[in-house]
This record gives sequence, structure tokens and C-alpha cells, in this order.
Amino acid sequence: MLETIAYSIFNGVLYGTLLFMMSSGLTLIFGMMGVLNFAHASFYMLGAYFAYTLGLTTGFWLALILAPIAVGAMGALVERYGLRRVHQYGHVPELLFTFGLAYVIEELVALFWGTVPIPYKAPAVMNTTAFTMFDLDYSWFKVFILLVAVAMFVGLWLLLMKTRAGQVIQAALSRPDMVGALGHNVPLVFTLVFAFGCALAGLGGVVGGIQFVTDPGMAFMMGPIVFVVVVLGGLGSVPGALVASLIIGILQTFFLSINFSLAETIGTFNIENSGFFGVLWHMEATRIAPVLPFLLLVLTLIFRPRGIFGKREA
Amino acid sequence: MQQNPKTRLLTGLAVGLSLATSPIAHAEDDPIRISFIEPLSGPFANVGDLGLKHFRFTAEKMNESGGILGRDIKIIAMDNKQSPSESVQLVQRSADEGIKFVTQGNGSNVGGAMIEAVERNNRRNKDNKVLYLNYAAVDPALTNEQCSFYHFRFDAASDIKLEALSNYMKDQEDINKIFLVNMDYSHGHFISKRMTELVDERLPQAEIVGDVMHPIGQVRDFSPYVSRIQQSGADTLVSGNWGNDLSLLVRAIDSAGLDIKIHTFYGGGLGTPAAVGLRGEGILHQITEWHSDVNVDEGLEEYENWFREFKQRYPEIDWYFHRVYNQMHMLKAAIEEVGNAEDIDAIARALEGMKFESPTGTITMRAKDHQMLQPLYISVMDAGAKYDADNSGVGWGTVAQIPVEQATVETTCNMRRP
Amino acid sequence: MATNTSAAGRINLLKLWPWLVIPLIAIVLPFVFDSGHTINLLCHMGIAIIFALSYNMLLGNTGLLSFGHAVYFGLGAFVAMHLLRAINDAGGQGLPIELLPLVGAAAGLGFGIIFGSFSVRRAGVVFAMITLGLGELMHSSSLMFTDFFGGEAGLFGYRDEAPSLFGVDYAPSRNVYFLVVAWTLIAAILMYLLKKTPLGWMANAVRDNPERAQFVGYNPTIVRYIQFVLSACFAGLAGGLFVISNEIVNDEVLGRLQSGAVLLGTFIGGIGYFIGPVVGASLVSFLESSLSAHTEAWVLYFGLLFIAIVMFAPMGLVGIIHTQYLNWKAGGWKGNTGIRLYLLLSGLVGIFGLICVIELSYHYFRSWDPSAPFVLMGFDTNATHLTPWLVSFAITIIGFGLMCLHGNPLLKRHVSANSDGGKA
Repeated sequence: MLETIAYSIFNGVLYGTLLFMMSSGLTLIFGMMGVLNFAHASFYMLGAYFAYTLGLTTGFWLALILAPIAVGAMGALVERYGLRRVHQYGHVPELLFTFGLAYVIEELVALFWGTVPIPYKAPAVMNTTAFTMFDLDYSWFKVFILLVAVAMFVGLWLLLMKTRAGQVIQAALSRPDMVGALGHNVPLVFTLVFAFGCALAGLGGVVGGIQFVTDPGMAFMMGPIVFVVVVLGGLGSVPGALVASLIIGILQTFFLSINFSLAETIGTFNIENSGFFGVLWHMEATRIAPVLPFLLLVLTLIFRPRGIFGKREA
Repeated sequence: MQQNPKTRLLTGLAVGLSLATSPIAHAEDDPIRISFIEPLSGPFANVGDLGLKHFRFTAEKMNESGGILGRDIKIIAMDNKQSPSESVQLVQRSADEGIKFVTQGNGSNVGGAMIEAVERNNRRNKDNKVLYLNYAAVDPALTNEQCSFYHFRFDAASDIKLEALSNYMKDQEDINKIFLVNMDYSHGHFISKRMTELVDERLPQAEIVGDVMHPIGQVRDFSPYVSRIQQSGADTLVSGNWGNDLSLLVRAIDSAGLDIKIHTFYGGGLGTPAAVGLRGEGILHQITEWHSDVNVDEGLEEYENWFREFKQRYPEIDWYFHRVYNQMHMLKAAIEEVGNAEDIDAIARALEGMKFESPTGTITMRAKDHQMLQPLYISVMDAGAKYDADNSGVGWGTVAQIPVEQATVETTCNMRRP
Repeated sequence: MATNTSAAGRINLLKLWPWLVIPLIAIVLPFVFDSGHTINLLCHMGIAIIFALSYNMLLGNTGLLSFGHAVYFGLGAFVAMHLLRAINDAGGQGLPIELLPLVGAAAGLGFGIIFGSFSVRRAGVVFAMITLGLGELMHSSSLMFTDFFGGEAGLFGYRDEAPSLFGVDYAPSRNVYFLVVAWTLIAAILMYLLKKTPLGWMANAVRDNPERAQFVGYNPTIVRYIQFVLSACFAGLAGGLFVISNEIVNDEVLGRLQSGAVLLGTFIGGIGYFIGPVVGASLVSFLESSLSAHTEAWVLYFGLLFIAIVMFAPMGLVGIIHTQYLNWKAGGWKGNTGIRLYLLLSGLVGIFGLICVIELSYHYFRSWDPSAPFVLMGFDTNATHLTPWLVSFAITIIGFGLMCLHGNPLLKRHVSANSDGGKA
């Protein structure tokens, strides 16, 4: 059991940090502009593809920096020439715009890079074993993911709390109209925040593309779970996104690691494995794990729509 | 107030409809058309695309040497978006357009729907029948409870693959603890159930130490499963996973440094070799009807050229579905035996029980249930192989060849014949 | 959001002619195109129309954006399918097949009552996210509870092995089609009438300003709840019809893509008009089945069309035509009809060029041999040569360039000059 808990925590934290890289950008964008960016996972995907293509010429380390910048630039273009135009019609069209954008980006990625997964891999140095825990090896790459996530969180925190730009963003999060009245160029702030959020997702993609698989379906797979994180953490709250990412990461990993079903633990009581309750009684934890985030999403929205750290209701 | 737009749109729609469905006349020298019903868009598009290229290539090669009865073969690609109900529509469309042959392989759920659709069409439209050639859907039900006179399976069903695998395993002293990881749907459920039975019956030295199901295409991080495998002390893993679910599993096992043999159905294709690369060497096994180095080992020069020509044309992928070769050549033999490509009942009868000299030996289409009986190969990822898979740097080396007798399972099929 | 409410209140019989003309066309259509596939497509259009109209009860009328409407469509379909199978098993005894959609509707209603009770407390993003989560939950459970949902293989039933009220044999698709037309008409009339009841007006009030609606004495949550439940009921009805036309249901009917498709169709048609979802759903079903047979790039075209509508015509296709019609009627076209046609023409030229570019790219990147000649718009083209690319890009740029940089300013100048003239 101790082993299981240790694994769950370590692997869960690892998965959680990747979730955080994606959700922090999404939550910032929402908090600022009120836009739930359905295409956010698409920017994550673009990050992986850009890093792969750039990496062929510049090498991984330069691509690690260049790819998120490129994704951020794309984000800026999307905001400036797409979202801003739709903004006048209200939030629903904005959301629908990003919804359509997700389809288009996926198709374009499949067009240029093909539908087969691309061989995007970490540099050989990082595939060596960093440490061994309970007989399972952990590569340097996993350590690297942790480091990137920590650096990102600290960087974000410093940016939001300690810089002037951060203060403007903080202010705009709660009172955009007042910030505008104070003479700040709110549309420009919007563009920058959107670009920055996309760049964060892109960074997540640079790392996540290696950890998982880089193919045109990766955005579709990742999309909904990021929403769960953001809602659970509280829309617009960066610390909330961190906590929610870790909760979901650890919880899901834990459910996958244990061998548990009501029937095995409590006893079958001659309950047959059929019918709604029978199936539920015999359901193994591993099979429930993937729907767990969505269950959390619905429960959160019913009982605490503002999420863990949200300041206001969505 | 919007009558105008309405009529306008409806006329537009009517014009569009007439364009989309203009009847296609056909004559004796028109090509023999085969509908290829697979996902060509969406997350599984790569799988469909791979099959399409196999069929297009084979058709072209066969057309170069005279086609069938002097008529060209034409593959009509139809996108089913991996959806059973969409596939039902496409079978209907094929029948409408006078296409007599449909082929499909990815997803037994789609396969089941296709059988239903073909049966339904052939019952309701007796003068416009359709034949379904299945090149990859491996659910045993398709040639057992659901078996149909108009369905032929050219791949080995999963009960046959497991039969062959257990026949191989019973001679392996070092296989003692077997762990099962499968996708949570009928294919995975079947493997889990059947493998457990086979271990009980045939492998006295071995036991099942774990049996987990995970949802299809939703797990991104397999390390929790790896920790369970590690805790169970398993030395062998059997998995029916395919695509990303397999790639991720193998990568997670390798990066954790677990020493375990992985036996799979689909380790050789659908992007897995590229995603796994050298990490799979000596670990990842597959059970198939053929692999690229069989040509080298057995000196099949002609077939090796076929393989190489395919590679030249599509450098990013490899010739993988040996059964497409079998299927197309057997269809040709059946049509030529009947003398026309229109009498579906006669063609189906010609295919029943047909023996065919495949490059790998004689293969038989069992008349009772329309299941292909063929020798199988168990192979392992090998960097020393002559041909690498999907440009990954690793290919496949034969571990064991399972003769036809050891790769046969009885059927319960009770076929309704016209 | 403007609605075509001007006609409401007083009943003008002349305004009702679409209700006669459209069914007439619908009845004639299968005699003009008699291939089984086309009739299937027409059936799907009818089902999609009911589904989209029910969706618009939420989005257009009540302002609720749902990402999980397929849940009610799908559950309706599954319940109806179980009943159909029971009828099949009983040797064709039981409920007449014509009434099967009512079973779907009842299921939709029931699940709407359950799920709606906690979904509609808040509108906006909270509602959208709850529906997204519920959709994912239901879809995942459909693969877990295989007794009810039949696993990924789904469930089959036979529509011709069930009793019929009128003694019709439903094996031929055409007979099914007439059943679909009848139900579509009934559902459309009911939803239209619902829109004209006080409930419909309250829904609009709740959509536009929930606080004020509450102040006037209507509880927005209850209004939303009733609309939601009724909408789920009609979605279930569509699901029941789907069972009859397809004879197969599986997990995809309640999946994310199905929920996305109805949103796309409704919005493309125009959420502010009763006819909008009808047009959008027909168009989407038609494109989905025919475009995919002609071009690999159909998903891209779909996405681009949707984005273009969101960006430039948020009132949908019907919205564009309606505004132009009003404008024309008000004399806004006087003296500038030529410029408007010029705008339309240059836009079409630009779209034509863009299609050429996309088709070229797909051939260049996707085909195994990009230099193989292929037919583009009637010309034999080689995608590795520069000329077709240059020509296509030139057409695109000239078309859109003329539209945005020349035609549009010209029209604006013209219109403002005219209105100035009016003042003077």
C-alpha cells in the first residue's frame, strides 16, 4: 500500500504538472477576457509540432524556447484578427469561434504533418535513468518536466505579483472597465494575455508531446480534461489551477493504481454482474478513473460553481 | 418574412442532391469497383489511410497484369469516420451506386454493423447484392454467432491468435506469471476471458497475476499500470491494445525499466513502431500472419520486391497488411472462376473453401464460417532485421512459426445460405 | 438577438404558406431522387431538423448554450431501440412502429427532468460546462454499462418486423421517409406553437435579462427548466425516429461529436429564426454526407464555414438573407444593386480561389505522388508546378481584395452618401 501511495503521488504530481502547464494559460485567458478557449488544447498541440519541426534544425533546447514563442505569436494573431472581431457579439459567439478554430487547427496540422504520429523524442541525455524508486526507473526527462513546471509556476507568480504588468492584469481580472478608465490599453492587454496563455499551452505541448504521443488527435484527447481542471480550481485563479491539476493528477493515478471494486472489497453478496447496480458493484476502480474528472466537474458545478479558489462565479 | 430564402435554399439543395446522386451507368468493360469503408478523417484517419494505400497499390499492380477478367479494379474510398451507423449508410450508398464489393477492417463494432447492413440489403434487394470482405476486424463473433454468407474474414480472428499464442507459450519454460492489459471493449474483454481459460487449460507452469481494462484512447499516462505490473512480479504481458494505447503502454514500461516480454496483436503497425522505436527491442512481440523479414528468411524474392516497391512509393509507411494481398488475389480467382463480377451468390460460393497459394504457403478459406486459416508468426522487435518498420530503426525477427493446425479453432457458426 | 416576432400576435394566413410548401416539396423529393442513399439522406435531414429545432429551444430561445444535447437524443434512441427489440423478439407484436418516436420522446422527457433539475440553476458558462461534463459522463458510461447500451458494437433492431398502424411495409426506405416527414412536421408545428405561447416569451425575457424577468415575477430557473425538459423531450423524439431510419444505435449517438454537430448546424442556419435550424441542419447533413465523398478537405471547409459565419454573420445564413431582404424592401438597395452584386461576385471569386488553394495543398501534402496530374475545377493540374499555385493564390487575393478594399468601401460611401442626401 505504501508503495502504491508513493507511486500515485509521484506519478500524479508529474501528470498534474503537465495539466497545470495547459490550464494556467486557459484560466488566465478566462479570468481576463471571459472567454473559454476551446482551442486551447489545439495550441498545446501546435507547441509539440512546432518544437518537433524547429528541433530538426535548431536542436531541442532552442526549440524549447522558440516553439512557445511561435505559438504565442499565433495566439496573438488569432486574438487580434479573430476574437476581437467576434467580441462585439458577446461571449457565446466568442466561445463558438474557438470551437470552430479547434476543428480548423486539427485539420491543418493533419494536412501539413500527416495523420500518423510523428517521431518527436527527447534528446538522448534525458532518457537516462535519474533515480529508481521501488524498482521502477525514472528518467531525467521526468525530472525535467517537474523542473519546467516549478519554474513556470514561480515565474507566473512573480510576474503577476511583483511586476507592474502583472498588477494591471490582476486589476483587469476583476475590473476591466476601471483599468480601461485609468488609461490602460485594455485591448492590447487582452491580446498579450491571450498570446501569453497560448504560449504557456505551447510550452506544455513541447514537453507533453514527448511524454505522450504527438499526433493530430492529441488536442481532442486533452481538450475536456483541461476544462475540468480550470473549473475545479476556480475560473481565473492560477493557484486554483495548480491545486486542481495536482488533485486530478493524483486522484486519477491513485484510482488507476489500486485494485478495488465494491464487490472485491465488501463482498459480492451474490450480486450478479448485470443491471445498473450490479455492474456498478463489480466495477473496478481502474475503469472508473477516466470518468472521475467529469464526475468532479459536474459535482463542483452543482455544489460550488466558483471552484476551489474562484473569487466569483463563472 | 423569410419565404424567399427558404425556396432559394431548397432549389439549391435540390440541384445539389441531383448532382450528388446522378446515376452511374456501367458496362462490361467498366472497372470492378470495391468500396473501401474506413476512417479517412478524425483521430483514426492514419489507420484508414494506411489500409487505403495498401488497396490502391494492390489494385494498381493487379491492373498492370490485366486486372480481373480484363477489367480494371478501382478502389472507391469512403470515409466512415470510424462510426458503425455511418458505415451502414455507406454500404447502402455502395449498393445504390452498383458497387458489389465492400471492404473494411478497423473496428469489430464497425464490422458487426457492416454484416448487419449487408445482410439487410441482400435480403431486401435481391437483385443488387453486396459482398463484404473483412481484412482486419478480429472479433470471433463475426464468424460465430454473427456469421454471414456474405462476409469473409481474411485476418486471423482473435481466438485463433490466442490459440496460436498459447500453443507457443506452453513450450516456454520462462513464462510463469502473465499479466493482461486490455482496452475496455469487447475485443479486450474477449482476450481477458479467453486467455484466462487457456492458461488454466494448457499452461500448468503459468498463472494470471493481473488483469486490467482501461478505456479506449483516454489514458495518457500508463505509469500507474506499470507500477501494478511491477508489483505483481509478472514476466509476460499479453495485450490486445493497438495504436496510441499500445505505444504509450510500451513506452511507459520501457522508461520504468521493467524487464518483461510484451505479446501484442498489433505491435507492428498503426504508428506503434515509430512511437516505440529502439525501446521495444527484444521486448515487444507481435502475432501476425506475416512480417517484413519473413520474405528475407524464406527467400520470397518476388514478394520482397512487392514490399520494396510499396516502400518506394510510400516512404513513410510499410507494407503491413499481407492479407490485403491474399484478399485481392482470392477475389480475382473467385470472379474469374464464376466468369462475371455481378453474381454475388456465385462468387461467395467460389470463395468458400478456396485454397490459395500465398507467398507464405497454402491458406484456406473455411467454408463453414468464412474464416481464413493460415500459418501465423510470432516475432519480436529486432534492430538487426533487414527491414525496419515505419522507419523506426527496428524491424521484426521471427521467434516462432505456428503451423496452420496449431492456429485453428472450431466454429459454432450456423450459416443461413441463400 | 432579433427574432422575427413581428408576425406574431395577429395570425396572417398568408404568412403560413411555408408550412404548406415545404411539406409538399418534401413529399415530392423522393419521387425525383429515388436512390436509396438519397432517401436515407433525406431521412437524416428530417431527424436532424427536429434535433436542431429542439436545440434552438435552448440556445436561440432561452440563451442556454449546451455541449451535451446529444445525451437526450441518444437516451431516447436507446430506450426506443430496446422497445423495438422487444417487439422483434415478441414476433412483431406490440406497439405500432409509427408510435415508437413517442417512446423516445418520453425517455428524453424523463432524463430531461432528472438532469435538468441541477443543470439549469445557472445559465452561461456554468450551464455549458455542466452539459459538457454530463455528456462526457454519459458517453463513458455507455461503454461501461453494456447491458443497456450494447457496448461499442451497439444494438440492432428491425423496423420491418414490427406492427404498423396503417399496414405499411417499412422495409423500403421511402416509406420510412414519409414517416419521418410526418413526425418532422408534427414536431416542428408543436415547437413553433410553443414558441408563441407565454412560455416562449418568458424564455426570451429570461435569455435577454434574467434579473428583470425575475423582477417581473418569473423565476428564471423554472422557465429554463421547463424549456430544457421540453427540448430534451423533442431531442428524444428525434432519437426515436433515428432508430427507425438507421436500425442501429451505439455510443456515438450521445457523444461529443453528435453534440457538436447539432450546435454547428443550428448556428450556421441562424439561431434567431425559427427556420434557421431547419436550414442549418439540412445543410450540415447534406454537406456531411456528400462533401466527404468529393473532397478530403471537407472537415476543413466545415470549420472555415463555421468560423466565417461566427465572425461575419452571427445571425446565420438565414440572418444574412433576411437582413438583405429587409434592406431591399426598405429601399436600401436603390441605386447600389450593382455594387452589391459586385461584392457578392468578388466574394465568390475569392472563395473559388481559396477552394483551389486548399485542394492543391491537400493534393500536394496528402497524395503519395504530388506530381500525379489531377483534375482541379475541370483543368488537368500538376500540383508540383508553380503555375496552378500562382493562379489560385492570385484568384483568391484578387477576389477577396476587390471585395474588402474596393467593393465594401464603395458600398459604404454609396450608402452614407444616400442617407446624407436624405437628410439634406
